[in-house]
Amino acid sequence: MSLSSAAEAPSFDLARGWTLSPEVALRPEKFGALAYHYGNRRLVFLKSPELVALVEALGSFDSVSEALQANLAPERHASYAQALARLADSEVLVAR
Amino acid sequence: MPADLSLRDRFKLGLDAPICLTWELTYACNLACIHCLSSSGRRDPRELSTAEAKRIIDEMVEMQIFYVNIGGGEPMVRTDFFELLDYASSQNVGVKFSTNGTRITAENAKYLAGLGYLDIQISIDGADRATNDAVRGEGSFDAALQAMEYLQDANFGEFKISVVVTRQNAGQLDDFRALADRFGAQLRLTRLRPSGRGVDTWDQLHPTAQQQRDLYGWLVGHPDTLTGDSFFHLNALGDPIDGLNLCGAGRVVCLIDPIGDVYACPFVIHDEFLAGNVRAPGGFANVWRTSELFQELREPTSAGACASCGSYDACQGGCMAAKFFTGLPLDGPDPECVLGHGEAALKAQPVQLVRRPSGDHSKPIPVVLAAR
Ligand code: SF4
Ligand code: SF4
Repeated sequence: MSLSSAAEAPSFDLARGWTLSPEVALRPEKFGALAYHYGNRRLVFLKSPELVALVEALGSFDSVSEALQANLAPERHASYAQALARLADSEVLVAR
Repeated sequence: MPADLSLRDRFKLGLDAPICLTWELTYACNLACIHCLSSSGRRDPRELSTAEAKRIIDEMVEMQIFYVNIGGGEPMVRTDFFELLDYASSQNVGVKFSTNGTRITAENAKYLAGLGYLDIQISIDGADRATNDAVRGEGSFDAALQAMEYLQDANFGEFKISVVVTRQNAGQLDDFRALADRFGAQLRLTRLRPSGRGVDTWDQLHPTAQQQRDLYGWLVGHPDTLTGDSFFHLNALGDPIDGLNLCGAGRVVCLIDPIGDVYACPFVIHDEFLAGNVRAPGGFANVWRTSELFQELREPTSAGACASCGSYDACQGGCMAAKFFTGLPLDGPDPECVLGHGEAALKAQPVQLVRRPSGDHSKPIPVVLAAR
C-alpha cells in the first residue's frame, strides 16, 4: 500500500464547492477513517474524526470556506484547508 | 492534527478490520520454489469450498475490507478461481493476485484484462533464467515471461513483477527494473523471510549485510518501486522508505489460509500465531475482533534488547516472523539488523533453534538449491 505523500496543491480553491468522490469509500476507524479510492486504488488515512466529519459534510456546502466555518473553530481552518487540499490532490475529493 | 507517528501508534493497537489481508486460496502448486513461505505443493483436502470462499468475500464487504491479496500455492489452479474473481469483482472487492504465471493463457489474459479492480503480480526471483530457475524450478522463468507477454498482448495494463530479494539476485535490481519497463509493468521487491520452506534455505538465500545497504540505497533512489512495506528494518540506515513502517501482524495485517485458518501474518504459518478459523461461528470478523492472540499482539510491546538502540523508532526491531523462525527473541533485533546485532545474536545462540512451520504441504520431492 502506499501512503499518500501528495504534495500540497496550491490550486485548491476554497471558494469552490468540493465533495467526496463517488469512487471513494470511507471506513470509520478510531483514529478517523480509511479512504479507499476504487479508481486509483490508493488508500488514504484521514487522521482525525473532525476531518472525517468535515469531508462528509463538504458536499452540502457551496464552498470549502463555508464548510470550514460551519464545522471548525477559526484557528483550525488553515490546517484543515491544507488537509483537504491534499485529499483533493489524491482524488479523494472532487470539485462539484 | 496528530502526526504520522501517532497514526502508527494507533495502528499498533489494531483496526476494526485489516488493511492488508492476504488470502491463500490453495496449498496446491505446480512449482516447488525453495523459499515458498507457505510450504505449498499439495492441495489440502480440507480446502474451503466455493460457497465458503464466497462467504469470506461477503464478510469483506460487510467489514469494508476494500481489497484482498490473493495467493497460494498457485491460486489459478483452483477450478473455481475465475468464479471467485468474478464474485469479488461484482461485490466491489478489489483483488490483487500473485501467480507464477504458468496458468495464464492468451485467452484468459483477455478475460483478466476486462475485469475491474484487478491487479496481477507475476513472481520471478532472478532477472535471468539461471538465477530464477535455481529458486523457482526449471522452466519457471520462461513461463513467467510468457505470461507477461500474454498480459501485454491483451492490453491488461500495468501489472506487477514481484521479486523476493536474495543474495543471488540482489545485484540484478537494475535488470529487473529494465524488464518491468519493457512490459510497462511495476516492479515490486519484497523481503525474504525464513518462513515455510524458507526455514531451510534462508541461510543460503538471504542478502548479505553489504547487499542490504546497497538495496536500501537503491530503494531510496527508486521510490516508485513497490515494497509491500517489507523493508522497514532497513530504515535504521537513514530516512524511512515510504510505507507504514511497522510490523502489522494481527493489527493491520493477517492471513486466511486455504483451510480457513487465520494467522497473524502470511509469514507466520505456525500454531503460535494461529488466531482461529473462519468456519467457526462468527466467521472471520469474530476471529479478527476477539481472538486472544490478536488482542495480545495489539498490546504495547517492549523493545527488549533494541531499547538502547537509537534506531528503534525507525526500524521497530524488524520483522517478527524473521525473528521467530530463526529462534531469536521477538522483542530483540531482527536477524538482519543492519547494525549487525541480529547476526551477533544468532551466533550467540547455544544451539540454533530453528522452528518448523506447522503445516507442510510440500510435495514429497527433495527440495535442493540447484548448483549455480
Ligand atoms: S538493534 Fe534493533 S532497533 Fe536497532 S537497528 Fe537493530 S533491529 Fe533495529
Ligand atoms: S511478522 Fe514480519 S512480515 Fe509479518 S507483518 Fe510483521 S514485519 Fe511484516
